[in-house]
Amino acid sequence: MKESISLTWRRIPERYRMMGSVCKTCNTHYFPPRSICPECRRKGKIEPFKFSGKGKVYSFTEIHAPPAGFEKQAPYVMAIVELEEGTRCTGQVVDATKDDIRIGDSVEAVFRKLLSDDPEGPIHYGFKFRLIK
Amino acid sequence: MAGIVGYGAYVPKYRIKSETIAQVWGEDPDRIQKGLGIMEKAVPAIDEDSATMAVESARIAMARAGISPNDLGAVYVGSESHPYAVKPTASIVAQAIGATPNLTAADLEFACKAGTAGMQMCMGLVDSKMVKYGLAIGADTAQGRPGDALEYSAAAGSAAYVIGPEDESLAVIEDTFSFTTDTPDFWRRSKADFPSHGGRFTGQPGYFKHVKGAFTGLMEKMGEKIENYDYFVFHQPNAKFPLAVAKQLGVPKEKLKDGLLVPIVGNTYSGASPLGLANVLDVAKEGERIFVTSFGSGAGSDAFSIKVTGKIANREKGTPLSAFIENKQYVPYAIYAKLRGKYKGM
Ligand SMILES: [Zn+2]
Repeated sequence: MKESISLTWRRIPERYRMMGSVCKTCNTHYFPPRSICPECRRKGKIEPFKFSGKGKVYSFTEIHAPPAGFEKQAPYVMAIVELEEGTRCTGQVVDATKDDIRIGDSVEAVFRKLLSDDPEGPIHYGFKFRLIK
Repeated sequence: MAGIVGYGAYVPKYRIKSETIAQVWGEDPDRIQKGLGIMEKAVPAIDEDSATMAVESARIAMARAGISPNDLGAVYVGSESHPYAVKPTASIVAQAIGATPNLTAADLEFACKAGTAGMQMCMGLVDSKMVKYGLAIGADTAQGRPGDALEYSAAAGSAAYVIGPEDESLAVIEDTFSFTTDTPDFWRRSKADFPSHGGRFTGQPGYFKHVKGAFTGLMEKMGEKIENYDYFVFHQPNAKFPLAVAKQLGVPKEKLKDGLLVPIVGNTYSGASPLGLANVLDVAKEGERIFVTSFGSGAGSDAFSIKVTGKIANREKGTPLSAFIENKQYVPYAIYAKLRGKYKGM
């Protein structure tokens, strides 16, 4: 998998610190960030919002046939996480196998390498999740 | 003088036992464990490097400091395993903790003492009021050549220190002293995967001379003596060296215990003495004093005299290092080799 440098750069706030957005009109949180609130449309007032990174596992699966660039990480767990601010996002769960995880488990965001398969290319960093005991 | 406003330390979850490595190379596990005093070492996950571990420890340090990342005026990351040859680790860390853009940042390199060098730089900036707070980190994912003695010790870990004004500090840095010479004890050329060591230079002319130089230098500068300190932390490339240097200096062995992590974590290089200090700060009480002496090959030592204040209660706001040390999973050699990219063609 190759990702363009401009896309990587644009996603740094979202990937490094879980910067999303919030609509001040209806108090809906968005991650990844949205620039227009689909609920309020023109009445919406969107502002940047930093998510805490804490949440609960909503669902998960173990990946054995990964996309290109992730072969060395397989098998790994991908989860849909219900963030405490009330939206869901997808992320890898580190330092765990499917046997370690149950739906409803608490997780927190950690900072890891997402992709670094090209030895001469940039290293892509971003959030993943870790189980909180 | 400036002090420690917040600190954080991290080691990855994976471990390999010295015994497991010894089996691969036909070495006697008992001889290795007794000789080096290392039972097991921390191994980074495949998606961890010095930058990610630096962020882990920095986030804990910032939680304990309870300051806005916008008030950080400097970020320095000391490592001998920066992920890029050219492109700073420090800017990645600064971005990840929300400290960008109004600050200075740089990577430091001085074998195993680049972390403590960063602490001294932050002290200077804080005391001269050039910055309000500075962040100094020592982080490494050290590599040893397969089969080399260093393979038993070269480990992974990170410790971060928010340095700030004395009156906000959970531990005040009373004074510091350094001792530096050009010594060919250990090196790695820029395109080499693994380091080389200069045999007999690693002991007496390297570690012992410099550690003693900085230690006695600071004791004399301050007019202090060993009895006035409750804890001692020495750089720990193995367990043998810090215990031997303590004995030569007359430091009681019991005072080393809390700051000696190498038997269960390995040598975390730039993270080593900063991790030892973090483990001491996790247990130390108000009024207690800590003497830290780092060492970096090439060669130099930084010594620090530290006194714990009442603000040490702030440590409750961060995860203690013991939580990461106890949360471990052993890996066999083949998985270790994969995690460390030791297979050709990876
Ligand atoms: Zn809305």
